[in-house]
Amino acid sequence: MWDNQTIMMIVEGTGVTLYMTLFSTLIAYALGLPMGITLVVTAPGGLKPNRVIYKILDVVVNIVRSIPFLILLMLIIPFTRFIVGKSYGAAATVVPLSIAAAPFVARLVESSLLEVDHGVVEAAQSMGAGLWTIIWKVLLAEARTSLIVGATISLGTILGYSAMAGVVGGGGLGDIAIRYGYYRYQADIMIITVVLLVLLVQVLQMIGTRLSKKLDKRITG
Amino acid sequence: METMIQIKDVTKTFVGKDNAVEALKGINLEIHRGEIYGIIGMSGAGKSTLVRCLNFLERPSSGTVLVEGKDLSTLRDSELRKMRTRIAMIFQHFNLLMQRTVIDNVCFPMEIIKMPKKDALERARELLDIVGLSEKEKAYPAQLSGGQKQRVAIARALATNPQILLCDEATSALDPTTTKAILALLKEINEKYGITIVIITHEMTVVQEICTHVAIIDEGNLAETGTVGEVFQRPRSRAAKKLVFQGEREQYEEMKGKRCIRIVFTSNSSFEPVIANMVLTCKAPVNILLADTRDIGGVAHGQMILQLPEDNVAAEKMIQYLRDRKLEVEELNNYVG
Repeated sequence: MWDNQTIMMIVEGTGVTLYMTLFSTLIAYALGLPMGITLVVTAPGGLKPNRVIYKILDVVVNIVRSIPFLILLMLIIPFTRFIVGKSYGAAATVVPLSIAAAPFVARLVESSLLEVDHGVVEAAQSMGAGLWTIIWKVLLAEARTSLIVGATISLGTILGYSAMAGVVGGGGLGDIAIRYGYYRYQADIMIITVVLLVLLVQVLQMIGTRLSKKLDKRITG
Repeated sequence: METMIQIKDVTKTFVGKDNAVEALKGINLEIHRGEIYGIIGMSGAGKSTLVRCLNFLERPSSGTVLVEGKDLSTLRDSELRKMRTRIAMIFQHFNLLMQRTVIDNVCFPMEIIKMPKKDALERARELLDIVGLSEKEKAYPAQLSGGQKQRVAIARALATNPQILLCDEATSALDPTTTKAILALLKEINEKYGITIVIITHEMTVVQEICTHVAIIDEGNLAETGTVGEVFQRPRSRAAKKLVFQGEREQYEEMKGKRCIRIVFTSNSSFEPVIANMVLTCKAPVNILLADTRDIGGVAHGQMILQLPEDNVAAEKMIQYLRDRKLEVEELNNYVG
């Protein structure tokens, strides 16, 4: 049905999509995890309440989250150029992807950490635990299942965003779907890319769910 | 005896958006080494706030808290954290780390003070042995019963060799049998290691079971303090009376309008068949509404609540008869309603 070249293109596209997704998620967590922790710690009634830091972070997160990804993608093209030297291709897509996902990650992390029973935090404080010990050994450790679920959701969302970046020549499966499936009316290529995207999300979701279940010790048996 | 904890004029006000709640309204209290001090009150009386002021989980709005002579408010952050390793705490809902095994939970406070892992493990095993949970060290909290969880919490609390153990409603989530076992364990710890224990509770039975001293807190004020024996025999304040007669109120409500008295027996008065003799002498029947004996600090205290005959002359005669026999007699009429 397809020549080798097309198959190679699709295989390569899958690899590029995975690369963009995983790399962007990594950077999004590098930015979003500390943001989420800071939100929880500085919130009113938190471990170290700080109105100014909390409010600034809260507003920044809300602003970035409310900008549609495609707009953000174009909006920060100058910044993307400055970082990677060009505004198209997989590496260039990682920049807006990470920036768009970071506040999303921050909110996921925030809600995971807020799930940790306040009593356990209080117990740690009563033992003389400092801020870092509480963050590391109580909040993050106790919320690990929820954090992994959050990371799985992030991966799926970022994968979806990465396909959107195809509109501006972002590379990967989304790019192929738009160039061949949409502009050239090659429905078969469109279908195969969509199927592959669905499969990727499924696989990532499955790994995430399994991992979080395995690590959760709150369930008996 | 050496003073462990001294609370001077402590107040705590929680400021909300449009109102302020005075949880503590000037509390003064002194707790000595080796005591098991009960702080009892109805829910909302401020007792949980008070116990949190003892390790500064809550900072008092005014007043001072001295622990082993040190004013907690003058300590720097790091000094306060160090102090807290000497003031352990256990909670109503145990507050164990759910993602850690039992032994790792016990190791946690030792990680905080950076004890070498090997020593910590060794100490943790010792402690699990003391609380009787050696075979559960690899289990996770979710696999344990409430009583077992509280045992883990106690082992964890003892890890850093504290001088003081604060118990915040530690048995309130447990059934009566488990409560007894946990209280026995606390008593054993108090006797063996000389740890001063502060127990926050809303149940008089807990205080009777193990406390040496008791403070009754009512709406942010200290209503009464003393040894458990004193307060149980002669409750002076309204709050104290309410707590001493806890659980017996429904019965009073049925006999509204009639005279009831409460008698307290001490060990030496239990030889004479007082009530039988009284009935014979006064030639009128009485209704025994409640009678029980409680062991308070090793001394047997009996109490009995009697419904007196409607004939006032006979009733007065009975009260006089009992008073003549040096028994504590108290009319309960005012308590009803």
